[in-house]
Amino acid sequence: MSGLSNIKSHIQTFLKEIGELSYFTARFFKESFRKPFEFKEFLRQCYSMGNRSLVLVGITGFIIGLVLTLQTRPTLMEFGAVSWMPSMVGISIIREIGPMITALVCAGRIGSGIGAELGSMRVTEQIDAMEVSGTNPFKYLVVTRVLATTFMIPLLVIIGDAIGLYGSYLVEHLKGDVSFQLYFNQVFESLEFGDIIPATIKSFFFGLAIGLVGCFKGYYCGKGTAGVGRAANSAVVFTSLLLFIIDFIAVFAADIFYDL
Amino acid sequence: MKESNTILPQGKVTGTQEIVLEIKNLNKSFGDNHVLKNFNMKLYKGENLVIMGKSGSGKSVMIKCLVGLIQADSGIISVMHKDITTLNQTALDILRSDIGFLFQGSALYDSMTVRENLEFPLRRHSSRFEKNMDTNTLVMEALENVGLAHAIDLMPAELSGGMQRRVALARTLILQPKIILYDEPTSGLDPITAKEIIILMQDIQKKYNTSSLIITHDVDCARAISDRMVLLIDGTNYAEGTFDALSVSTDPKVKAFFKH
Ligand SMILES: Nc1ncnc2c1ncn2[C@@H]1O[C@H](COP(=O)(O)OP(=O)(O)O)[C@@H](O)[C@H]1O
Ligand SMILES: [Mg+2]
Repeated sequence: MSGLSNIKSHIQTFLKEIGELSYFTARFFKESFRKPFEFKEFLRQCYSMGNRSLVLVGITGFIIGLVLTLQTRPTLMEFGAVSWMPSMVGISIIREIGPMITALVCAGRIGSGIGAELGSMRVTEQIDAMEVSGTNPFKYLVVTRVLATTFMIPLLVIIGDAIGLYGSYLVEHLKGDVSFQLYFNQVFESLEFGDIIPATIKSFFFGLAIGLVGCFKGYYCGKGTAGVGRAANSAVVFTSLLLFIIDFIAVFAADIFYDL
Repeated sequence: MKESNTILPQGKVTGTQEIVLEIKNLNKSFGDNHVLKNFNMKLYKGENLVIMGKSGSGKSVMIKCLVGLIQADSGIISVMHKDITTLNQTALDILRSDIGFLFQGSALYDSMTVRENLEFPLRRHSSRFEKNMDTNTLVMEALENVGLAHAIDLMPAELSGGMQRRVALARTLILQPKIILYDEPTSGLDPITAKEIIILMQDIQKKYNTSSLIITHDVDCARAISDRMVLLIDGTNYAEGTFDALSVSTDPKVKAFFKH
């Protein structure tokens, strides 16, 4: 009984968060069309996000490509289908694994960073200081960061995909003596627009979610240093959950769309 | 019920008694927490008014209502004869540029250098100065006022607490405000540094003839700087008068502030 009511209260909190986040999102869209646009801060954010997560995205992408190929190789061998490896790995990385892993890594790296940064700015009254000095802090801090993640995550996904495929190629090259050209020819031959477009659209939404949740948690941070820690932490948890939900919706929608 | 020994402003206040800032019947609650209950206050031109109250008594809430950072539940707040609750964003921003706000913990932007911190308020309000006014000159002048011209390229984290407070003061002064609001200007500082800040505040008052509202719970600070005082007790303006008058009061709640 208490377990059930516990679950109920968890769901209630979650739905309340979703409601507040929707309101925050609406404000984001409204304010992003208002002048002036803080272009310099936007570029600075893009640069620092790319700078902070490129290596991490590269390493995880590389390892995923490597491991995926090593793990599936024996099974494909059994069926005499090793030559399908590039198509299989290409499709799974580009459609699903690349965007998802990159977004999860960035939720941990970028999302928590935004949550902590804005949280500490809230707690130390820097956001208030900005507001009284005539700069709209929502535009200066939130709009620039959310646009930066929306722009940078797809870019990082492409880089992660490329490095992942390269990792997979290395395994094929060492174990099956496949040439670079042959491998990537096969990858691109098996890919269709139906693989690339939904994955790209999905990545934009992943970026939007990471930026929005990080900013939302930081902007309405609770009091004190404990509040900042909680903001950073819950930004990651909430974003990760949201990423899976978006992924589910995206796959579902793409499936319906291509059935037509 | 309430003993209010109102005394007209004395000391530096001369000539016409123009009111630059007035609060009438201000109420503010957070949920069940009724922080301010019918709070009243007037600030005359050129005077140093000290508001004293225990920690958590709502001093910061009151001062934030004054500049529209917190929405009051009810009451009239007029700043230089304008009711701030009726202003639109643009008008509010213009009015705010006449008000300097020194935040409790300095609130320097910790991702920016001292120079960028001081330039930040100028981004929106450069129209206050002549067209060809060099921002560099303004920044240098403001820093020289607080004796920190050499720290211009340092980051806030590289400064001591006292230096941070001075930089924050310089940032407050850069728009040459007519009214300055100090939220616990000496809190968190050692007695010697606190004294330096008080002397700096007095110099500024003399140099620019500003009107100041100083929030504090530091008796030494209040004695040194106040022309007049208001005691914020139980969410309201419990007692008013000069430091000397209040310090000999027989009211137990008032006495509690002055005994060491
Ligand atoms: N944003 C807020 N939400 C809820 N309660 C608040 C908020 N800001 C202040 N309070 C409450 O108002 C009271 C007064 O706070 P404050 O004005 O910061 O005190 P102080 O006089 O020390 O500056 C405290 O009880 C505080 O918990
Ligand atoms: Mg306070």
